[in-house]
Amino acid sequence: MFGELTWEAIPFDQPIPLITSLVVVLALAGIAFWAWRKGWWPYLWNEWVTSTDHKRIGVMYIVLALMMLVRGFADALMMRLQQSLAIGASQGYLPPEHYDQIFTAHGTIMIFFMAMPFVIGLMNFVVPLQLGVRDVAFPTMNNVSFWLTASGALLVNLSLFIGEFARTGWLAFPPLSEKAFSPGVGVDYYLVALQISGVGTVLTGVNFVTTILKIRAPGMSYMRMPVFCWTTLAANLLILAAFPVLTATLAMLMLDRYLGFHFFTNGGGGNSMLYMNLIWVWGHPEVYILALPAFGIYSEVVSTFSGKPLFGYRSMVYATLAICIISFMVWLHHFFTMGAGADVNALFGIASMIIAVPTGVKIFNWLFTMYGGRVRFTVPMHYAIGFMLTFVLGGLTGVLLAMPPVDFIVHNSMFLVAHFHNVIIGAVVFGVMAGYTYWFPKAFGFTLDERLGKIIFWCWFIGFYLAWFPAYALGFMGATRRLQHISDPSWAPYLHVEMVGALVILAGIVLTVVQLLYSIRTREQRLDVTGDPWDGRTLEWLTLSPPPHFNFAVLPDVHGEEAYWTRKLTAIRDEKLVEEPKYEDIEMPLNTPTGVICAFFASLTGFAVIWHIWWLAIVGLIGAFAVLVWYAWRDEHEHIIPAAKVAELERERRRIRGELLKTLTVPT
Amino acid sequence: MSATEAAAIGLTHNASEDTGLGHRGPESKSIVVPYGFWLFVLSDMVLFSALFATYASLVHATDGGPITSQLFDRTTVAVETGALLLSSFVCGLAMIAAKRGNMAWTQIWLVVTGLLGLVFLALEIEEFAGLVAIGAGPQRSAFLSAFFTLVGCHGAHVTAGLMWIGTMIAQIWAKGFHPHIMRRLLCLSIFWHALDIIWVAIFTIVYLIGTLP
Repeated sequence: MFGELTWEAIPFDQPIPLITSLVVVLALAGIAFWAWRKGWWPYLWNEWVTSTDHKRIGVMYIVLALMMLVRGFADALMMRLQQSLAIGASQGYLPPEHYDQIFTAHGTIMIFFMAMPFVIGLMNFVVPLQLGVRDVAFPTMNNVSFWLTASGALLVNLSLFIGEFARTGWLAFPPLSEKAFSPGVGVDYYLVALQISGVGTVLTGVNFVTTILKIRAPGMSYMRMPVFCWTTLAANLLILAAFPVLTATLAMLMLDRYLGFHFFTNGGGGNSMLYMNLIWVWGHPEVYILALPAFGIYSEVVSTFSGKPLFGYRSMVYATLAICIISFMVWLHHFFTMGAGADVNALFGIASMIIAVPTGVKIFNWLFTMYGGRVRFTVPMHYAIGFMLTFVLGGLTGVLLAMPPVDFIVHNSMFLVAHFHNVIIGAVVFGVMAGYTYWFPKAFGFTLDERLGKIIFWCWFIGFYLAWFPAYALGFMGATRRLQHISDPSWAPYLHVEMVGALVILAGIVLTVVQLLYSIRTREQRLDVTGDPWDGRTLEWLTLSPPPHFNFAVLPDVHGEEAYWTRKLTAIRDEKLVEEPKYEDIEMPLNTPTGVICAFFASLTGFAVIWHIWWLAIVGLIGAFAVLVWYAWRDEHEHIIPAAKVAELERERRRIRGELLKTLTVPT
Repeated sequence: MSATEAAAIGLTHNASEDTGLGHRGPESKSIVVPYGFWLFVLSDMVLFSALFATYASLVHATDGGPITSQLFDRTTVAVETGALLLSSFVCGLAMIAAKRGNMAWTQIWLVVTGLLGLVFLALEIEEFAGLVAIGAGPQRSAFLSAFFTLVGCHGAHVTAGLMWIGTMIAQIWAKGFHPHIMRRLLCLSIFWHALDIIWVAIFTIVYLIGTLP
């Protein structure tokens, strides 16, 4: 009846996961109860859970990402603590089988359920606004994507309480991840969660490529799109071309585990190196799926806060597309030690170094954008400058690693781990934090507290250097990754500095929560009444903060690059806003519970597959199919916002803008 | 395309079938929906390309078991191919009938499309069952794992396509030729033709090369 699920799946003998999961369950239940007492359930259901509004979906993605950041960072702290304790005679507090689950969960959660939802959330919120349109191409599918991602996150976190998580590292390399060596449900949790969220990600890719290529405001030709839209396009093209490979690869590993196939097994002619090749064909582009949108955020931030158009816009676009293509030609540098031979290794080594060229172009473009500008040192600008310093260092160690002879020495060492944390934290985390601070007022109508924001930045910046630069040294001294116990006591000082760094970052993460709560409480002091708090240059600053459901009463006509900046200068010069247009009824997509119900059935199926409860898996699949057919049968597709209502909202915006205009002068 | 549909995707001015350069604003839904579906189909082809690459690298990893030329029968495959390609042609006829608003012929051609798909699927299942019966199941060797996965994944797509055809038959019958149903029908036909393209590759790489003397 319940497959392999028994009471033994609950970790009654392990206090850490048991207590943690109880606390989390109680906290979630408490929040749910509190929301129910406040009478917020209908609001949450109608306005958020079932929403097809890209702005709401974007916010939900970011909430998910922040929650997973806390979870993933808790794992990181536990690892740091273990490594700073378990030196020499001490064994620390985590047994190997638990420690192995933690480093696997940390990597999986941070990449798939923190970084991915964060960048996808920002894309969702920003891209339609920047393109000057009302929604993405497929609003309902957007909601489905989000809930499938959430479903994957749910399954990964469920493994804390029911069963176990994989002990294989975040990419589950065979043969270790095969049934013979990982007989538990840990790897199955990993595989099923990633398959479900992977479907959501591919749908996101379809959605955003279609949106950017087909749905833009009149006059918004390709070479007038903000760079964030370009990098989003590139990232989503990568999603379309890379994620199916991940799906196929994980499916093959599932067939090995569930049905005894021989793709990657030691026997039967299987080849585990095939898995390495396939997974990194996805894995390397994945790095750029995360990094390119972050580069886009920096481009917006640097240009806005330098008060200048982005230097070398075209070269930025070409560099983005060059990275997009080259990122598919470097995968083998993740396993030079496979022994593919000197020629193959040299080819991939050179390709990996070449990717530094377009990246360097970008760095110089940002520097030259700042050069001669009036740089405002706001929080997002702090992140942008911190990124440029940090990312160049991470890029340099990357070029070192791209040399096969060097790689043979530091392969799978702490040097490598330091390198990818250097680029992921330095580029992606700084980037999403910059984007979060930069677009927060657009989403909620007030800015985040600046002083706390700067402290958070310094926590991340200093914390990162303390936590990861000793690791470069440790790597050279011979420390391999994923050590549960350190036998060489001379490494202790480095590990203790790393621990301090992790605590500094912890302070930053705690302060992020504090900043959010404090900013909400004191929002009256920092209201963004104009919709343009940063003196922005792209179209999202044209509409009010928060934007109306339909974003723009009339789609803006775009003349030239920097659509909003051009419009603003024209208005200042003419001392008036554009002519008031004729307002028309606007039709917007209806909200729908399709996404959340589909994800419910997907979670059910996933859970059933993990525990071999086959009848439940079939029920879940039938349920999901039935929901889709039910949705396809609908007759009402849109609801109408009457022209009168549009006019009323828009006239209020024009009044506010008119007053803003009186205070503006042409910038010198 | 109606103005209603246009507004749903942010189109407030007159619909246009323009060059895609964005000078006239957002495209109409009749462009956007098939375009998005094409992208999905392309990503599906990437999935198959991973399976093809796997098959190509494992085809000789037979672990002492049967090799390609001992297993495949060109005649069955020829009939399968015929059934699938013919079903694509019939699917095209269904599209023509739907464009003319001819309910009877649309339904007939869709049913024939589905039946030909079923013939294909039945032959494939028979082939698989035969292989398993002689001890050449997917657990036998890496080559057979890759073979069953690649061909079976295509078969799973055909099965999904059959379920879709069934749903469309019911939907057209219940709701008629609404624009959104026509768009869905177009996506279905894109999907069905794409399965042919994949099959031609399977036919060549797996069966033809596999049975070369």
